[in-house]
Amino acid sequence: MMHFKGKIWKFNDNIDTDAIIAARYLNTSDPQVLASHLMEDIAPDFVKKIGAGDIIVAGENFGCGSSREHAPIAIKEAGIACVVAKSYARIFYRNSFNMGLPIFESKDLWDIVDNGAMIEVNGDEGCINILGGRTLPIEPIPPFMQELILDGGLMKHLAKKKKG
Amino acid sequence: MGMTITEKILCAHTDLKEVHPGMLINARVDIALGNDITAPIAIKEFKKAGGQRVFDKDKVVLIPDHFAPNKDISAAEQCKMMKEFAVEQKITHYYEVGECGIEHALLPEQGIVVPGDVVIGADSHTCTYGALGAFATGSGSTDLAAAMLSGEAWFKVPESMKIVFSGRLNHWVSGKDLILYLIGLIGVDGALYKALEFTGDTVKDLTMADRLTICNMAIEAGAKNGIFAPDDLTAQYIKSRAKRKYKFYQSDADAVYTKIIDIDVSKIEPQVSFPHLPSNTMGISRVGNVKIDQAVIGSCTNGRIEDLRAAAAVLKNRKVAPFVRLIIIPATPEIYRMAMKEGLFDIFLDAKAVISTPTCGPCLGGYMGILADGERCVSTTNRNFIGRMGHTGSEVYLASPVIAAASAVLGRIAGPDELPKIK
Repeated sequence: MMHFKGKIWKFNDNIDTDAIIAARYLNTSDPQVLASHLMEDIAPDFVKKIGAGDIIVAGENFGCGSSREHAPIAIKEAGIACVVAKSYARIFYRNSFNMGLPIFESKDLWDIVDNGAMIEVNGDEGCINILGGRTLPIEPIPPFMQELILDGGLMKHLAKKKKG
Repeated sequence: MGMTITEKILCAHTDLKEVHPGMLINARVDIALGNDITAPIAIKEFKKAGGQRVFDKDKVVLIPDHFAPNKDISAAEQCKMMKEFAVEQKITHYYEVGECGIEHALLPEQGIVVPGDVVIGADSHTCTYGALGAFATGSGSTDLAAAMLSGEAWFKVPESMKIVFSGRLNHWVSGKDLILYLIGLIGVDGALYKALEFTGDTVKDLTMADRLTICNMAIEAGAKNGIFAPDDLTAQYIKSRAKRKYKFYQSDADAVYTKIIDIDVSKIEPQVSFPHLPSNTMGISRVGNVKIDQAVIGSCTNGRIEDLRAAAAVLKNRKVAPFVRLIIIPATPEIYRMAMKEGLFDIFLDAKAVISTPTCGPCLGGYMGILADGERCVSTTNRNFIGRMGHTGSEVYLASPVIAAASAVLGRIAGPDELPKIK
């Protein structure tokens, strides 16, 4: 059930977590407040422009810098369906799964797709389809990690397992 | 096949006989750390998952340092929530303002982290403790919540990259310059997911403060952890501080590295990272005329007594340039007291610097030195991303304490050799 179709918003290499959610907003952990400041410092009004189900497409090392979980929380709460980047910083990668934000790696997508294009991401079968264009392979998300995302993140997943 | 120090420490915290890069393991943690920004989320998750007691009240460490002393009402609420949790759980290592310092300076100083430990911290600069020969890595708040519950964390065993420092350090060159140089060389994702192991004959000349600074910024190259093998200096440092038993690990001679990088430190001059990435480094001789509005000396990277002494040596009998602010932040109360007793505060005050209580404050644009649009700051902190210390139109230049001090005096980014001689 890892299937997303949406408009893409492109970002460059090394988008850091201060850019995703500036530290001055870390005096709260309210997801809605955090989401309202998503990408504010590098793309003002980004939150006003995006629609539910849109997709972020980024370059190398997305989410570098601070360990703040507020970054994937803000992205998810703002209605972004998933992120496709060339590569991720490791703490962000881990946090995204733990927060239930689906993320995928593609070395090629960024280079061949234009900002605003529509794409379909199929995380079950492992492919990205650019509408009216090429289809690219991606690493599918393994079933146990899908379960974790669909449950809404690590802690909800653990709580569900505990109840059995 | 031999194992690296990182692999050995991780292995010793599982029931496995050996581990190798790429393996997913569950490891017991010796310390699980959170601060006033990351712990509140972890505490909420802990409660939501039905958590009653933390796995070990001596091994969960909670530090109000980022926006404390409380910068505003929201920050105060977060600190209050963490304090109440610490009281409820009878947490041993909770430090109230007055005995609290910046986490990554406080934990080694107080012997809370020891060689051979596995540490996770909901703060990316947790990798600092590698300087003691521990495995320490940053994580998110949810991983902290899971560790507070279970005393364990899952890891993918990282591949190791070996950095070999050789040669003699030039005058004014410190650990900060070595790590900035390395990040400039390999890039902000040059060690992505990897362990950075620091070795070579220069290591014996590096102080513990230098090693802590170097490991602190391993994350700025994307690394999972940075690490120095323990030696005589480590033994001397830890002996009087350690609160627990500790163990020294060394890499095997036939351990496997994905890459080995040799760096001749005698060719390195003081480094400056230009906006807006720590990898935009250049030697001080190539900086040119960059006027500044502010200089900050402090943080988990460079707020230790050695850093303050180095800054004081430059500032003695000199004054900060007109219209320039110099903010000095001793990282812990112990450092604060030492600096005061050694007379460093007189030197700072005579120079017209301001001395702050220990806090992360301006490093992450919290408070205590925020920049306006168009302002420039030379800072001994660790990140110079867009808007990191204030307005998105401001600029942060990363450097060592001696560069920050000399720059404050001259009003432009400069090394101490450019200062006029004192008569």
